[in-house]
Amino acid sequence: MIRTLIRYFNLTFLTLLILVMLSFGLAYFFPGDPITNLMGANKLDSQPFLMLSSQQTNIFMQFWYYVQALLAGEWGVSFATGKPLYQDIMRLLPATLELSIYAVTIALILGIPLGFLAGMNYHKKIDNIFMSSSMIMYSFPVFWLALLLILLISLQAQWLPMSGRLSLLFNVPHYSGFILVDILVADIENKRFAFNNAVQHLILPTLSVSFIAFAVFLRTTRRSVADVLETQYIKSAQTRGLPAKTIFFRHVLRNALLPVLPILAVQISTLVTNVMIVETIFSWPGIGDWLIQAIYERDYPAIRTGMLLVSVVVVIITMSLECISQLIDPTRDRFAYARR
Amino acid sequence: MSELANRLISFNYTASLRLLVSLFVALSVALLTGCTDSSISGTAPAGVIYCSESNPSYFNPQLDTSSTTADVNAHQIYSRLLEFDPNTGRIQPGLASSWLVSDDGLTYTFQLRRNVKFHQTEYFTPSRNFNADDVIFSFQRWLNDDHPYHDVNDATYPYFSSLNLAHTIASIDRINGYRIEIKLFERDSSFLANLATDFAVILSQQYGEYLMVTKQPERIDFYPIGTGPFRFDEYQKNQFIRLLPHLQYWKNVPLTDQLIYDITPSSSIRFAKLRTGECDSIAYPSQAEITIMQADPNIVVQEAPGLNVGFWAFNTTKPPFDQADVRRGLALAIDKNSILDAVYFNSASRARSLIPPSSWAYNNDIKEINYNPMRARELLDKAGIAKGFKMTIWAMPVVRAYNPDAQRMAQLIKSYLAAVDIDATIVTYDWNTFRDKLNQGEHDSVLIGWSADNGDPDNFYRPLLSCDAIPSGTNRAMWCNPEFDALVNSAIKISNEDKRAILYAKANNMIAKEIPLLPIAHAKRYQVKNAELQGLSINPYGSIRFEGVTKTVPSPTPSMTSSAVVVSDEVRP
Repeated sequence: MIRTLIRYFNLTFLTLLILVMLSFGLAYFFPGDPITNLMGANKLDSQPFLMLSSQQTNIFMQFWYYVQALLAGEWGVSFATGKPLYQDIMRLLPATLELSIYAVTIALILGIPLGFLAGMNYHKKIDNIFMSSSMIMYSFPVFWLALLLILLISLQAQWLPMSGRLSLLFNVPHYSGFILVDILVADIENKRFAFNNAVQHLILPTLSVSFIAFAVFLRTTRRSVADVLETQYIKSAQTRGLPAKTIFFRHVLRNALLPVLPILAVQISTLVTNVMIVETIFSWPGIGDWLIQAIYERDYPAIRTGMLLVSVVVVIITMSLECISQLIDPTRDRFAYARR
Repeated sequence: MSELANRLISFNYTASLRLLVSLFVALSVALLTGCTDSSISGTAPAGVIYCSESNPSYFNPQLDTSSTTADVNAHQIYSRLLEFDPNTGRIQPGLASSWLVSDDGLTYTFQLRRNVKFHQTEYFTPSRNFNADDVIFSFQRWLNDDHPYHDVNDATYPYFSSLNLAHTIASIDRINGYRIEIKLFERDSSFLANLATDFAVILSQQYGEYLMVTKQPERIDFYPIGTGPFRFDEYQKNQFIRLLPHLQYWKNVPLTDQLIYDITPSSSIRFAKLRTGECDSIAYPSQAEITIMQADPNIVVQEAPGLNVGFWAFNTTKPPFDQADVRRGLALAIDKNSILDAVYFNSASRARSLIPPSSWAYNNDIKEINYNPMRARELLDKAGIAKGFKMTIWAMPVVRAYNPDAQRMAQLIKSYLAAVDIDATIVTYDWNTFRDKLNQGEHDSVLIGWSADNGDPDNFYRPLLSCDAIPSGTNRAMWCNPEFDALVNSAIKISNEDKRAILYAKANNMIAKEIPLLPIAHAKRYQVKNAELQGLSINPYGSIRFEGVTKTVPSPTPSMTSSAVVVSDEVRP
């Protein structure tokens, strides 16, 4: 177990290092002065940046100062606003995380039980219904789904709002960046009303993001349940006369859930992409919307930092999920390191 | 396997069913509370949301002529010495309660209003009221190259430099704390109108000094302090601007609890948000959507004649367009009415002269050119224009109110010209290149237009057709007529409007005779808003105004029928 942890730690560390090197290299590929591209301004007062911009350094020392600056939270300033990127990102990242977490939670809560239901009814009517409908859901382009939801639910029926996280009339002070938490913590008059308003704003974007993830979870779970039901140990458990309840909880449930975790890890990158698209369509003030604006405005420091941050988040989550799934399922280890 | 599966299902069915039902209940409870509570408990905070189209460049309209910047600042955060009456366009008192013009028209004396308070915000607390020092500070900033704030934020003061105001004003003097005197080098009857435009705002001299002491002068254009009805609270780029009411505003008008600019670049999304009630009013409604908006009972579409003109200008420095007969022949060949239908979708009125009918300098008896292709060909023949003559029509690449689709208009004109055996080619470039090449006079003719900045008719004549406007790049006809110049220059030296109108009528007739350009349309201005929004009207002389704008809340509770905070005299110290 310790070996697995160490291996994953090394892997993560190396990947992150390569990412940081790539982001450092980006500043040299963008047009303009690389040092200005890194910092976002000609002169910044922070210690690592002063070292970075001094004339005597070579490229390796520059990289070292760049890493120091990143670790110190000195991420440079935006070309477009002249504001420190760290503040901007720390304000926007929670919004993206909030949307992703709710979407994944809904997809998991609905997808896995329904996947079990379909797997237990393998090749029967209910399974076929689930399979065909999830196929349709899986093939939905996320931007089209989001637009459709806006058209039907916001514009035609006028049930739910179509943009933002909260009506701009509410002035909720920043606390954690997670809007629901902020509202609960905030000392404002109409807290309950603000909370409901935030929930209303959340529904459509969450639904759009969770749609595809739900279909993926349903299909994976269903496949894995069907596979487990075919195995010899289920048959032997049955012949030993174990009650159905015991068979289900002790053998089917645990073994069928094992392959779902790695799928979740694979889905993270798709999920992040979808969240970015949905943010743009629903004007959700998250990192995706911000990054796309930065690309439009050729705000190189913002593009560099945003890319780096998003990839770091994806790498860390993916790696930890894979690490966890390996720890609970040691059989995978043998496939990873084939021993002759 | 199937037997086992069946046994398992018989158990799991109920379990997952139970789970599903409870989930469904939980979700729907969340949904229902979310939906119904809005009508039952609590009240939304009051305020007005305006969906604007872009980010302002500065929080100071002196530095930028873009209407996005002016919409946020000009009438919300700042006040001016003088204001335009939105209905008549005449000049009214603003921060100057009265003014005197000397007989020679060179000295203007302004009496300033007392007890006018500047905004008190988190970043600045003023300790004195508005007085003459603030006026001098605000004017000297753009007037005087040596002023400490002149070069702050690399300011260029585009409005003032385009009118060359810095060289019109000889001096600004403080007579006492509430009286200032401005001397001009020569008479300029549009001077007062220029002081009432969006750009001639009054800043706080005390705030300027404070920022100099704290060594952050650049903040003056981003954290504004003014005397307007709203004070700055928060700005998130690409997201929103929040303004709060200035409770000690010098006018006694109702102000909404908060004014929010929701920055939404796409016009169709702005319209969608207006429909869902997320915006109370939107900037730049698309012409094509106006009809749909008019059909919606919750949306009010207001329209007003615009102070603009779209025209077809001939390059009068290039033969054969230097002959008036050729220009007249070309003008006779096109049918303006069908252009109005096809390009403006009835959102414009037919232009008979350079200035729109709403201006006091407009004269009804002007001779207009009517569509007559036969006569057109006769004139062209007489001028020696052979059949199959080739010329270019330059069509501007951007959308403007005065010409929403220059390409389409160029296509139409091309087909009309083909009917009189003239072979026209349509030319276009990107907007900056287009204007550069126009300045160099590479065009034969061009479809372009003009929007006025103030209510004074001079704002049309001098920039568009005077000799001085050729190098500054607004005289697209490159037309230089000393007689015309003498007329409009003498018109601005007279302050009596009736006498000026006579001179402008002469100028109009001269344009109708010489046809350096063919006026096509005056586009209407549209403003759309939610039916619950009260007090918002079109300001033809500049940017939007939110003072006195309130929103009626549909909630039946009597105490909350209006979200307005009335600034009463008791509040003021």
